Amino acid sequence: MVTLLLQKVKYTASKNICVKISLSCRHDDLKEMLDSNKDSLKLEAMKRIVAMIARGKNASDLFPAVVKNVACKNIEVKKLVYVYLVRYAEEQQDLALLSISTFQRGLKDPNQLIRASALRVLSSIRVTIIVPIMMLAIKEAASDMSPYVRKTAAHAIPKLYSLDPDQKDQLIEVIEKLLADKTTLVAGSVVMAFEEVCPERIDLIHKNYRKLCNLLIDVEEWGQVVIINMLTRYARTQFLNPNESLLEEGGEKTFYGSDEEEGKEDKVEAAALVVKRKPYVMDPDHRLLLRNTKPLLQSRNAAVVMAVAQLYFHLAPKAEVGVIAKALVRLMRSHSEVQYVVLQNVATMTIKRRGMFEPYLKSFYIRSTDPTQIKVLKLEVLTNLANETNISTILREFQTYIKSMDKDFVAATIQAIGRCATNIGEVRDTCLNGLVQLLSNRDELVVAESVVVIKKLLQMQPEKHSDIIKHMAKLTDNIQVPMARASILWLIGEYCEHVPKIAPDVLRKMAKSFTNEEDIVKLQILNLAAKLYLTNSKQTKLLTQYVLNLAKYDQNYDIRDRARFIRQLIVPTDKSGALSKYAKKLFLALKPAPVLESPFKDRDHFQLGSLSHLLNAKAGGYQELPDWPESAPDPSVRNVEVKYPTEQSSTEEQKKSTKSKEPKDRSDSESEDEEESSTESSESESEEESESDTDAKKKKKKTVKKWRIYVSFCVALLLKCSFPSPQAASPTCGPLKTYELLHRITGEGLAVTYCFSRRPFTGDPHMVSVQIQFTNNTEVEARSLRVLEPKLQSGMRIAEFPEIDVLPPGEISTVVMGIDFCDSTQAANFQLCTHTKKFFVTIQPPVGELMMPIFMTENEFKKEQGQLMGMNEITEKLTLGEGCRGDHVIIQRVISTANLSRVPCGSAMECRFAGKTVTSGSLVLVTVVTKEERAAQVTVNCEKMLIGTMLVKDILQALSQ
Amino acid sequence: MIHSLFLVSTAGHIFLEKHWKSVISRSVCDYLFEAQGKASAPENVPPVIATPHHYLISVYRDRIFFVAVIQTEVPPLFVIEFLHRVAETFQDYFGECSEASIKDNVVIVYELLEEMLDNGFPLATEANILKEMIKPPTILRSVVNTITGGRELRSVFAWSVAQGSGSSNVGGTLPTGQLSNIPWRRTGVKYTNNEAYFDVVEEIDAILDKSGTVVFAEIQGVIDACVKLSGMPDLTLSFVNPRLLDDVSFHPCVRFKRWEAERVLSFIPPDGNFRLMSYHVNAQNLVAIPVYVKQNVSFFETGSSGRLDITVGPKQTMGKTIEDVVITVHMPKVVLNANLTTNQGTSTYDPVTKVLVWDIGKLNQQKVPNLKGSLSLQSGAPRPDENPTLNIDLRIQQLAISGLKVNRLNMFGEKYKPFKGVKYVTKAGKFQVRT
Repeated sequence: MVTLLLQKVKYTASKNICVKISLSCRHDDLKEMLDSNKDSLKLEAMKRIVAMIARGKNASDLFPAVVKNVACKNIEVKKLVYVYLVRYAEEQQDLALLSISTFQRGLKDPNQLIRASALRVLSSIRVTIIVPIMMLAIKEAASDMSPYVRKTAAHAIPKLYSLDPDQKDQLIEVIEKLLADKTTLVAGSVVMAFEEVCPERIDLIHKNYRKLCNLLIDVEEWGQVVIINMLTRYARTQFLNPNESLLEEGGEKTFYGSDEEEGKEDKVEAAALVVKRKPYVMDPDHRLLLRNTKPLLQSRNAAVVMAVAQLYFHLAPKAEVGVIAKALVRLMRSHSEVQYVVLQNVATMTIKRRGMFEPYLKSFYIRSTDPTQIKVLKLEVLTNLANETNISTILREFQTYIKSMDKDFVAATIQAIGRCATNIGEVRDTCLNGLVQLLSNRDELVVAESVVVIKKLLQMQPEKHSDIIKHMAKLTDNIQVPMARASILWLIGEYCEHVPKIAPDVLRKMAKSFTNEEDIVKLQILNLAAKLYLTNSKQTKLLTQYVLNLAKYDQNYDIRDRARFIRQLIVPTDKSGALSKYAKKLFLALKPAPVLESPFKDRDHFQLGSLSHLLNAKAGGYQELPDWPESAPDPSVRNVEVKYPTEQSSTEEQKKSTKSKEPKDRSDSESEDEEESSTESSESESEEESESDTDAKKKKKKTVKKWRIYVSFCVALLLKCSFPSPQAASPTCGPLKTYELLHRITGEGLAVTYCFSRRPFTGDPHMVSVQIQFTNNTEVEARSLRVLEPKLQSGMRIAEFPEIDVLPPGEISTVVMGIDFCDSTQAANFQLCTHTKKFFVTIQPPVGELMMPIFMTENEFKKEQGQLMGMNEITEKLTLGEGCRGDHVIIQRVISTANLSRVPCGSAMECRFAGKTVTSGSLVLVTVVTKEERAAQVTVNCEKMLIGTMLVKDILQALSQ
Repeated sequence: MIHSLFLVSTAGHIFLEKHWKSVISRSVCDYLFEAQGKASAPENVPPVIATPHHYLISVYRDRIFFVAVIQTEVPPLFVIEFLHRVAETFQDYFGECSEASIKDNVVIVYELLEEMLDNGFPLATEANILKEMIKPPTILRSVVNTITGGRELRSVFAWSVAQGSGSSNVGGTLPTGQLSNIPWRRTGVKYTNNEAYFDVVEEIDAILDKSGTVVFAEIQGVIDACVKLSGMPDLTLSFVNPRLLDDVSFHPCVRFKRWEAERVLSFIPPDGNFRLMSYHVNAQNLVAIPVYVKQNVSFFETGSSGRLDITVGPKQTMGKTIEDVVITVHMPKVVLNANLTTNQGTSTYDPVTKVLVWDIGKLNQQKVPNLKGSLSLQSGAPRPDENPTLNIDLRIQQLAISGLKVNRLNMFGEKYKPFKGVKYVTKAGKFQVRT
């Protein structure tokens, strides 16, 4: 043996030398190539070196030759040098320092890509001496213009932290600054850094909480996972438990009780307690988190879906958790590794919230091609889902599983049946019968597993099943699996009164084969002997003596000990102490039935989806999921009143002020975007803005409202006088266009015209009000004029005008009706009826009438416009028509084309208009820029592209006339 | 997060390692080998293995173990999803994800991994961004393309034509996608032929029991797209019957709000191939099972033999032909050989893996394919009491079995008229018949 080892050592040593020699030979030519002037040779050399690193071969002796090329012009060579440097810098610290100056130069480069990559490599070099340089670089990069560089800075933070934990305090400052960043690019990375460096500093999140919630949907998927997990923890410290608010008084019991119980008692207690306690109101921030994460259940990334699922499981009110089931079931279609993790989590969830997955029971049915671990997990889930109503289906399914070829899986199935039987009393007998049938199975493993499970089941009600015990007693002749034999013996011993005739016989057989048995079987033989001796000493005295004697000389000390112990207890001698009196009580005490529990019970004290949950053991760096607080901490900490006085935001503010000059600035427009989306989705929008801003807004709203009231009042007055002219209506533009609805001739004397009055339709703000004017040109009076049978595209609605009873000859009557066109130019068709006739008529709105004016400031306009770039922006050039000179003409023409209002504007060359569509309220922003010699440009920004396109066309036509 | 990555072949050969933090010895993979030894098949190796100092999270794909070494708490799905993304990227770059192709392109692989993770945290995983930074090996790609005959939905990289394939395979510019709000698409895409193809692929997952009754059936579908459009097109895809879709997941490009409100898919597409959405068809709709199977597999107590008789025929096919029908049966271990005759297709039995494959091909209405014959068992061994399950594979062209239909595809934002096409395919997913 020793010689063999020696030989081996020699062999490997020689092999190593060989390799070394060949390597160093090869390295020489690599060095030459690296020293050459040609980039292609350098590249070739670097490629070969990287290939060596990839294979795990040592290339460290090339360090000096490689590091020289760190400043190489060729970008690919450079990148490969970086790869090498990061890999070996730790081993060659002194030489690595040679490269630092290159990166420091790179950090100042005007190109953001180069700045970022320099920082990335610099921070990846694990050399302690450069810690101060890294710290400085990170700090600078954290206030870089480019969000990409800031993202890299966020990535660099945990690198530095792992290199030198003493820097923690300074790094936290940087994290704090980056957390305030408003770009989606940075958010994920900085939260990652937060989690690695200072997860306990939950206070840093307060001010950024709402922003993170609002940005979440636009963050890249990996960042989403990290942010969601962090926010779950945050929410657990800041909000109240939505499921427990009513149970605080005397609710302890229900909290620990099972789910069903909880449900029932919930209601009762709720009713009882609702008087005493004020009802639970969810913190709006808690709601915000739930609402903003929900769409992410539709993510293609399984990790994101899982993260949202665990967030809902840990944070949502019971009634809302259900939404995650469907998404989790969907993940079951994914790769088997994903299935494995998801099933583990589903198994835990099904214990607490069984109802959630019940509708998806069949999705957990097992296929013969599933890997064993998946099968076992699915089985677990099925068992957890079993209840009185579905148990028969589940058991039928289990029956097919028992025939599987995968024996481990069959064993697991039998155990699952056992668990179903213990949990659901109704089927206990059925299960037991089924299991007894399995006792005659050909496969010994199956039989053995059944025996073990039957033993557990019998313990619950032994009196009824003495025949099964008899049956099992017979099995001892055939079955060889030790665990099963031991179980049978234990059963017979325990219930020897039920089988008084068989038990001694079994002992006799066992005594015969005692020496050949496994240890656990021997122990049970001893047990059986003792119990029989106590109950039936006449028949078994000698046998017991014999067994005890055999055990006395057994090789295993446990068995010898047990024999000694039993002998002292049961065989009365002079010396035997007081205990022997109680021998019977000791051995034949009633034993509690075993509880068959899911291994996933109580796993949910780990945050779901985490590695620790999967392993059921705390992994390094795991952050405990805190319990809900007794009373909610002050929610006002999350209010953001004033912007941070950090450099970051101040630069942003500066940019904002200069924005009109450079509206296309990348990082700027992005930060704008974010702000926008946040105001869009959050109801507490004003909190994001500064106080004064809100006030201004409110005032504006008020004035707008007042103005509207005034206008509608005037209009009402005018209508009362049945003022015939359609000009009456619009305060903002010249004469309104009148369209014909029914010609005098086709209408047989009844002429009908309509116009868009441009007033908000009273009663329904989503309708366009259409003013209809009837003129009776006949000699007789027209009676009961009304609308009949509107034929509308789906979604469209009509508010009919009140029926006109009588229209005397020669008279004119005006009514108003409302039509919701659903923001489309599709026509509304309906019939116009008099008391004698019906006319089919159509109202088709010009696109400009589908909107209503809104008031905006120039800044608001620009902000909104920034939101509606790209696809939503349509620009056309035109030449202004002859008569179209001067601002007022342009304004007049645009306003008469579309129901918009003018936005005040500083520049004389530009006119801006704003409005929103009537039905959906999408913004419509129009800009007309005039240039020299009647050239002009019309830009329309509108979320609804169709409307935008048509509007541009109409405005073009109006202006070029 | 992810500390190191090892790529291990099924034979236990570690052919690539990459470390994002300090170096971890490859001996850590021994724990994987140990688990592999215990497992009956590579698929049965547990995806998460705890070792004294590290955690190994692995995925098994294309006969390669992707093993990530973790030191601290991290959501396991995060790592698993990332590893699959890595494998998909390799697949995309090299046409296949195999030990040979990875070894051949080891430098590109290394460059890719360098870009995909920074300090173990994902940095750029969008194929579109990666391709702007690191160009795929074009020559090899074209060779592979000719060999495989250009499988469906294989992308042709227009930019490689546009930019010319220089000697360097690293781009010098910052990928614009990385910074924009739509990281999945780069600017300045140009094609001479603008086209957008959509494949609606549906899979039937079903379990039928012995008598042919449906135990469980559902339809899962995906829409794969191959979009080669210039500029920044904004597409809207609408369905005739969107109500059919029960549970959906989208590529990040799809605007979720519009789906919620109007049930249309509105998106600015990535360039090239991508999975637009996957969906699950509403469970209330009964699933049409396109084939019926009659089978009888029995083993006799005496004479160590058995009989097998399988008949397959078309059932609910909506007038389409069923193609590529293959039936696979995993026989019990004691079956030594099979002596079978069939009236259509070919059947083979592999006595080593105990797998019977019956390749039928097209199903005709007139002639019903049948396979029957005897099975010889190992003499002396007891009659197996388990019955093998039948796994069925099939394919129906031009049919989405759920009835899902694309209504129209509109394009906004660009002026040209694209060529549009939609293809429907129905396949068998996990389609099993129990016996």
